[in-house]
Amino acid sequence: MNVSRRYFMILVPAAAVAWESVLAGTPEDSPNYKMQDHWWGMLIDTPKCIGCGNCVRACEAENDVPEGFFRTWVERYHVTDENMENPEVISPEGGKHGFPAAKEDEGKYFFVPKMCNHCADSPCTQVCPVGATFVSPDGVVLIDQSYCLGCAYCVQACPYGCRYINPEKHSAEKCTLCYHRITKGLTTACCENCPTGARQLVDLKNPKDPIHAFLKTHSVQVLKPQMATGAKAFYNELDGSVR
Amino acid sequence: MPGVEGFMYPNEVELQWSVLIVLYPFITGLVAGAFILASLERVFHVVTIKPTYRLALLTALSFMLVAPLPLQLHLGHPERSLEMYFTPHSSSAMAMFGFVYLWYLMAVLVTEIWLDYRKDIVEMYHKSTGLLKMIYWLMATGNLNISPRALELDDKIGYTITVIGIPSAFLLHGYVGFIFGSIKANPWWSSPLMPVVFIFSAMVSGVAAVMLLFMAVKKLRKEAIDIHCVDTIAKYLFYLFIVDFSLEMLDLIHRIYEADESFRSLDFMVHSRLFFSQIVLQICLGTLTPILLLGITQLFKIRAGIRKAIYTTSGLLTLMGIFAMRWNVVIGGQLFSKSFLGYTTYKMALVTKEGLLVAIALAILPFIFLTILVKLLPPFGENDAHHAPQPAIGD
Repeated sequence: MNVSRRYFMILVPAAAVAWESVLAGTPEDSPNYKMQDHWWGMLIDTPKCIGCGNCVRACEAENDVPEGFFRTWVERYHVTDENMENPEVISPEGGKHGFPAAKEDEGKYFFVPKMCNHCADSPCTQVCPVGATFVSPDGVVLIDQSYCLGCAYCVQACPYGCRYINPEKHSAEKCTLCYHRITKGLTTACCENCPTGARQLVDLKNPKDPIHAFLKTHSVQVLKPQMATGAKAFYNELDGSVR
Repeated sequence: MPGVEGFMYPNEVELQWSVLIVLYPFITGLVAGAFILASLERVFHVVTIKPTYRLALLTALSFMLVAPLPLQLHLGHPERSLEMYFTPHSSSAMAMFGFVYLWYLMAVLVTEIWLDYRKDIVEMYHKSTGLLKMIYWLMATGNLNISPRALELDDKIGYTITVIGIPSAFLLHGYVGFIFGSIKANPWWSSPLMPVVFIFSAMVSGVAAVMLLFMAVKKLRKEAIDIHCVDTIAKYLFYLFIVDFSLEMLDLIHRIYEADESFRSLDFMVHSRLFFSQIVLQICLGTLTPILLLGITQLFKIRAGIRKAIYTTSGLLTLMGIFAMRWNVVIGGQLFSKSFLGYTTYKMALVTKEGLLVAIALAILPFIFLTILVKLLPPFGENDAHHAPQPAIGD
């Protein structure tokens, strides 16, 4: 095959980009991963979320999420002077395919990505009758699928609606914080696919993690703080109307 | 989305706990209530209800045998259910179910029934032949000693077990209430009053069930109904119902007065999706009407025949009301979003694993068990002069 110098100059950068992409999808092995060195959480920078649904689609593809259920979803709030206590909230198909155009009327619109809060004092872990769901030493709430009874008590106990019973596997599922990825040095599928950086995986035990500076300089809140669950999904500039 | 009003978190749309989980507290409530009624005679020496003692115990056992079935059918992985015994999670209220259940079934109910019936079993063993003889031999565990000393010992142990059984019955149903009451994520359930309300409603339902069964069995056997016995049961039912209703109203008034963030959502639900099952069935027909009817029998002198009719009506309405209460707790607690911004609908299937037909079958099953138990262990003392049928008084 004759390849001219011009074609060669085009192909090499394209191949480099393609190879970069392949590498990104191949997690490195991390045999030296030490659970006790990490304490994982998630920073959700709500003003940055544009409601594109990339995170929902990425999560679905990465984790084989069954149709009609969600490990992460995006809600759109519409708050006006009249409905502050009962804002209008939508999340069509979990925001997977984006949102309908907002009406140009009074009030404000904003997006709130939701996911498991990986609570340090998680109510779901507390109620599991066999301990199939547990908090790992690195702070991730996980479910042992081979042990779960499928009683759904954890689904009832989660204040954030993050759990579901897989209709085919008949056991509880939820966000694992892409544990199979983060233990290999990668970030979560939702973080990797967020075009605006609205989601950032954070390691609270890593002194070099930018989360420490962020928490000091921003107004950060967790969902339903009155539940005292030790939630580790930190929301920047969370509106008071968010449930 | 059909059946959804407002905003639900996307994973909340489908209800997790079905009509089978409604049946579960209803059945355990009947067990606890029937046992408490039996213990009134044994421990508190309420002699007038003695004719119901054995029937109450057999009723408790029949329902107890069925109690775990709705849970088992509900599990996504029923084959793993024994893990609750092998590796129980100590912080889980549900994990304690197996132990409370086993304790109550084996250490309390079966032992008490066995000790009470041992003399009868041995006598029936001697009278019967063939397979039945073998069954009675097995039921006697091969021990055919019914000397006066042995029977005295049976009686002493039986009494002790009944004494232990009363707090155990409270534990059994209080624990069921705690399963719901300890879920802080759900304001409809989360209440320290929940176990207490469950205990009293259990007693109400169990007492009503035994009262109805006693009258029905006597009717079927074409025997006179001991009206003094039924009067006494109805009196206890009336008082228990007043305590139960007061507790439920206390919970309701507290919620209305406190009016926390969930109140608007729950209030809307009571006025819309739960209006029929809660206001009409549970409160008006299932609670106020029987209290009123039973109250009339306490206040006025009424002919025995009419009293029986009133007791039957009150008993049936009571059972319906308590079932509606269980429905409103279990199903009602899942109809609203934890965001307090929306509501969903419960669509009960007909022939699925957790459908209506299975629920009906499970509701009938205890009566089949009871029929077998009554045949094997006659509750009205056909084999024992000590338990001979009392002459009907006032009938």
